[in-house]
Amino acid sequence: MSDNRRNFNPRHARRGPGGGPMGPPMMIGEKPKNYKKTLGTLLRYLKPYHLSILLTLVFAGFSAVFSIVGPKIIGNAVTEIYKGLVAKVSGIEGAGIDFRAIGSTCLYLLGLYFVSAMFSFIQGFIISGISQKVSYNLRNAILGKINKMPLKYFDKVTHGEVLSRVTNDVDTVSHTLNQSLPQIVSSLTLIVGILVMMFSISWVMTLASLLILPFSTVFMAFVVKKSQKHFKAQQEYLGHLNGHVEEMYGGHIIMKAFNGEERSIRKFEELNDALYGSAWKSQFLSGMMHPIISFVGNLGYVMIAILGGYLSIKNIIQVGDILTFIQYVRQLSQPLGQGAQIANILQSTVAAAERVFEFLDEQEEVPDPENSVELTDPRGEVSFKRVSFGYDPEKIIIKDLTADIRPGQRVAIVGPTGAGKTTLVKLLMRFYDINGGSITIDGHDIRNFRRKDLRSLFGMVLQDTWLFNGTIMENIRYGNPDASDNEVKAAAKAAHAHHFIRTLPDGYNMVLNEEASNVSQGQKQLLTIARAILSDPKILILDEATSSVDTRTEILIQKAMENLMKGRTCFIIAHRLSTIRDADLILVMKDGDIVEQGRHEELLQKNGFYASLYYSQFDTASAG
Amino acid sequence: MLKIVKHFKPYLLSMLIIIILLLIQAFCDLSLPDYMSDIVNVGIQQGGISNAVPVAIRKTEADRLASFMSEDDRSIFYDSYDLYAAGSIGRKDHDRLLRSYPLLATEPLYLLKPVSRDIKDRLNQVLAKPMMIVFATTDNRFADLFGKSGSAHISKKALDSFSSLPKEIRAEILNKIDEMLASLSQSMITQSAVEYVKNEYKAIGIDTGRIQTRYLFMSGLAMLGVALLSMAATILVALVGSKVAAGLGKDLRSDVFRKVESFSNAEFDRFSTASLITRTTNDIQQVQIFTVMLLRIVFYAPILGFGGVLKVLSTRTNMGWVIAVSVFVIMTIVVIMFSIAIPKFRIVQKLVDKLNLVTRENLTGLMVIRAFNTQKHEEDRFDKANKDLTKTNLFINRTMSLMMPLMMLLMNCVSLLIIWVGSHRVDSGVMQVGDIMAFISYAMQIIVSFLMISMVSIMLPRASVSASRIAEVLAVEPSIKDPEVQKPFDPSIKGQVEFRDVSFRYPGADDCVLEGISFTARRGMTTAVIGSTGSGKSTLINLIPRFDDVTDGQVLVDGRDVREVSLKELREKIGYIPQKGILFSGTIESNLLYGIDSGSYEKTELEKRMDKAAEISQAMEFIREKPEGFNSPVSQGGTNVSGGQKQRLSIARALVKQPEIYIFDDSFSALDYKTDSMLRKALKSELGDSTLIIVAQRVSTIMDADQIIVLDNGRIAGKGTHKELLETCEVYREIASSQLSKEELAI
Repeated sequence: MSDNRRNFNPRHARRGPGGGPMGPPMMIGEKPKNYKKTLGTLLRYLKPYHLSILLTLVFAGFSAVFSIVGPKIIGNAVTEIYKGLVAKVSGIEGAGIDFRAIGSTCLYLLGLYFVSAMFSFIQGFIISGISQKVSYNLRNAILGKINKMPLKYFDKVTHGEVLSRVTNDVDTVSHTLNQSLPQIVSSLTLIVGILVMMFSISWVMTLASLLILPFSTVFMAFVVKKSQKHFKAQQEYLGHLNGHVEEMYGGHIIMKAFNGEERSIRKFEELNDALYGSAWKSQFLSGMMHPIISFVGNLGYVMIAILGGYLSIKNIIQVGDILTFIQYVRQLSQPLGQGAQIANILQSTVAAAERVFEFLDEQEEVPDPENSVELTDPRGEVSFKRVSFGYDPEKIIIKDLTADIRPGQRVAIVGPTGAGKTTLVKLLMRFYDINGGSITIDGHDIRNFRRKDLRSLFGMVLQDTWLFNGTIMENIRYGNPDASDNEVKAAAKAAHAHHFIRTLPDGYNMVLNEEASNVSQGQKQLLTIARAILSDPKILILDEATSSVDTRTEILIQKAMENLMKGRTCFIIAHRLSTIRDADLILVMKDGDIVEQGRHEELLQKNGFYASLYYSQFDTASAG
Repeated sequence: MLKIVKHFKPYLLSMLIIIILLLIQAFCDLSLPDYMSDIVNVGIQQGGISNAVPVAIRKTEADRLASFMSEDDRSIFYDSYDLYAAGSIGRKDHDRLLRSYPLLATEPLYLLKPVSRDIKDRLNQVLAKPMMIVFATTDNRFADLFGKSGSAHISKKALDSFSSLPKEIRAEILNKIDEMLASLSQSMITQSAVEYVKNEYKAIGIDTGRIQTRYLFMSGLAMLGVALLSMAATILVALVGSKVAAGLGKDLRSDVFRKVESFSNAEFDRFSTASLITRTTNDIQQVQIFTVMLLRIVFYAPILGFGGVLKVLSTRTNMGWVIAVSVFVIMTIVVIMFSIAIPKFRIVQKLVDKLNLVTRENLTGLMVIRAFNTQKHEEDRFDKANKDLTKTNLFINRTMSLMMPLMMLLMNCVSLLIIWVGSHRVDSGVMQVGDIMAFISYAMQIIVSFLMISMVSIMLPRASVSASRIAEVLAVEPSIKDPEVQKPFDPSIKGQVEFRDVSFRYPGADDCVLEGISFTARRGMTTAVIGSTGSGKSTLINLIPRFDDVTDGQVLVDGRDVREVSLKELREKIGYIPQKGILFSGTIESNLLYGIDSGSYEKTELEKRMDKAAEISQAMEFIREKPEGFNSPVSQGGTNVSGGQKQRLSIARALVKQPEIYIFDDSFSALDYKTDSMLRKALKSELGDSTLIIVAQRVSTIMDADQIIVLDNGRIAGKGTHKELLETCEVYREIASSQLSKEELAI
């Protein structure tokens, strides 16, 4: 927000944020940072459809032209009736209303209306095809992008933001293409066409009726500005109120346990009152627009009538012209009234498009090397040489790590929570690139592998059991898409998951629900183990943390992991003593750095951080 | 919507006002076309002369007109006018009259007396016909008319001496003329009469231009007045309407929030927290938006439609069937379109959810997807969801893009139909040309009002779902309430929690979660509860602060059944630390002081308590590291604090309260072993006087408790100290051996 504001108000930018008054809020809707550039990109995106878009615009224009011509012809028909009537009363032989003329006018009009409707339908048909196609492509592009970006990007951007680009922003763009674009064109055609017609009738009256426009524009701008303020306030209070509701409902146990009901309700009522104030004001102000516009329209009507009357006395214009004029002015006021709104829509569309394109333009992962290494028979030897790394290059957390792991060895990574145990894993699989030193597998720097090949060497069982909304079979097969049903079942057996899967409704075909909450946490872990077994990796990464898993499942998990680890190089984020003690190498982490490494006994002898960590676990109150 | 209708009650008066205002608005909107046609017909076409009653007429002309009148008419005519001649008026009036009627200087004039409206109308009828006759003779178009009427040879000259003709002949001619005039429409007669008046005015020297401008100005002013009134009414409707809608929203929100605040776990489980949040926020917002529409459009449409129908009937043209047919056709199309589109709208929502789900899965599974190299697979999965959504959207958009042109086409066809049918009626003299125009505009108003209702009806199902979801919440009576008669605690007992043969079953469940639980936790003692997931540990301790109520048996705190004391006093005695560290937005200080009424303590006392609590809970270290210390902000959901820190702060929050009884619901799981052990040490030394009830997963956390209760499938499998249980309790031994090494078990 403040970024945007600085963009618009360079005077304030020089003062820097927080320096001096920021002035009245001048934003109406969100404004894009670089209008031209984004519009250019958007147009480029639309290039394949240029011809179709041109066609729809032409159609939109035609159908607007018809609505200009329509009233004039209807007027002619009425004149025809009138003339016929007059002729009849004049007693001319055989005179009367010329039904054939009226009939043919009506038929002509019917044809015109039909063609106009067809045009506008074809226009809508084509443009909705384009807008859907464009949003389909944009959405696919965004998802493809997600999978190509470095993980680092997602450290600073929340999932919600990315999600909102896929849905909200793309929808805004598509909606504008679908509705606003044809509307803009037909409005413009209407305005131009009507103005031409009006000027051809009388320039004096045209100018006079245009005179009221600045009035209504100024007034509308005023109302829009006022209501925008309240709309913003409403949005803000609504946000506060929703925040409070979420917090209180989410933490209702705490609120109750600490007798916080009254305080909570008091705060709610305060927020609710503030919301009420801004809600009715914004609603009211926006409700004022329409009556004011129609009043200004009536004002113009009276002006034209009086002026037209005067001019017709002077015989400058015909009486019928006044009628036509009045209709045109009515038609004109609508698209002009929408002007401000359309400008707003365009603006927020470009802002939305900008967010989408910005995302698509983000830097991707460093491309794979051209002469990549391919291991035909990987052994699983891993070595770290003077590795240094920091999520933020300014803050290096792993300073100088050197370790050699031979094939089949087990490495336990230990340390208090938040010590950065998963960081090592992320480096190994090249989710992040190291800042210095090198990591090699079977003697090859991991940066010389194609990511795909590198990662296929690894298997992962993390504490965060990621499963997707699909069947159990599909979820296990995720580890190896080519596996047969029997292979999947074999993997499930090895992971001690087969038994419980059989007890589920639909067994292997049971669909995991969206939160995967129809299986327990422990069962989810077994499924991820089965998945890893199926992928048959050379190097394994395991997270032992099994909190909130019941004892019996935990024993199963242990056994399953034991099966999984056989014959593979393993990196284990260890929580279990037995694992740690049996490890070939223990990496002790603290504050993101590896502070000690060695075997259990060596480390105990060192009597350093590991020793204190180990003893603290089992010292009793008396020992302290 | 009906279910929350009673919440509209406080706004009945406002709604009545709105209806009255809408009536005014409809009246104005419907009469505006009248003013417009007046301006066009009278102001422009008739030069501002609205009827056949001249304000001044030459004596010669008046007498000529009179000769075409019956006796009665003639007397009315002459009674309404005063004769003025240059010589017969006073000096003062003379100048004024001469200025208005220059001809007065040379000729005597009849000037209209101030007369009532009725007489004016009568005069209009009396004068129109003679004027028409006289006017006709001066206009060639009409000359033939009389020329052809064989029996009476009327010429201009003859006309002048019409009055001198014998009475019988006069009557005969008048009858003939009447017959002929009968075939003329009233508007034609008026037009001719007006033309006659205009010519007369010119002859007298009256400024007709001024009359026209004056008429235009006056009726323009009148129209603006009506428009202004309409605007005022509409704005007032907007004002009252937005206040009612916002007020209703406010009331509902407040009611729902208060209700939910009184809910216990059981109700939260029934609705789910997420659903309750949506009901309090989005659903009410929906109802509020719909209420605005309801008040401004749904109320207005029938009023306008009904008024339009009345206006149509008042034209007495027997063309109502045209409108009936068109409304029927349009409604049929709307219904068909909606019945195609609305189910699709619902599907779209599901497809959007699906798309979001896949996207979210891709975001949460970034590492897994890359680890398994399944980017392609994910892209295909997304593409499928994307395709489904695109297809359905396309269908809806195309259906909708058919709808608008179709509606326009239909409305245009209706006006053509009206013109076609109307022209025949005009031909047969049933209606006038102006009526066609008016009819078209009324027809449009009626159709548009029906369209508005049907548009709003799209929103109705959504709002009505929201309303019933709100009503559902409001209808629930919380299962846990303060007892009607509140008993005091036994003052002689402090910090004692006793379970007497307690059973608990979730409503509707077959099996009990807890069964036959009996134990006592005493002051100064640590009682630990251990067991596998689903063994009922959390359920058990939730019974103490009455988050849930027992199904059977009794829970006593300080010697009193928890159901007999006030909830507030009961919870005052308890310091509860949840499994997940839940913090509220604010600062570290505001969170720590959440449990006490900070207004009733000295500032130094508060600081002392906070410091101590932070020390014990091992939170002091990281609080000190923060630049703002205790004033460091905590964001909503505590997202800017790590899991372990959250847990330590939520322990500190309970400590600040200094209650008799502490309940730790597996509150150490997010702590590393080292912090865990230091914390336990500090608790032991500082809270020696309190009752501690600890639920844990790790044996190491609880092995030095005074009493360990082992839960298995909702029953007590063992009770005793660590050592005792290792020997006697199979379940405990199983748990312990999975977590501790052989040597440690032997200790």
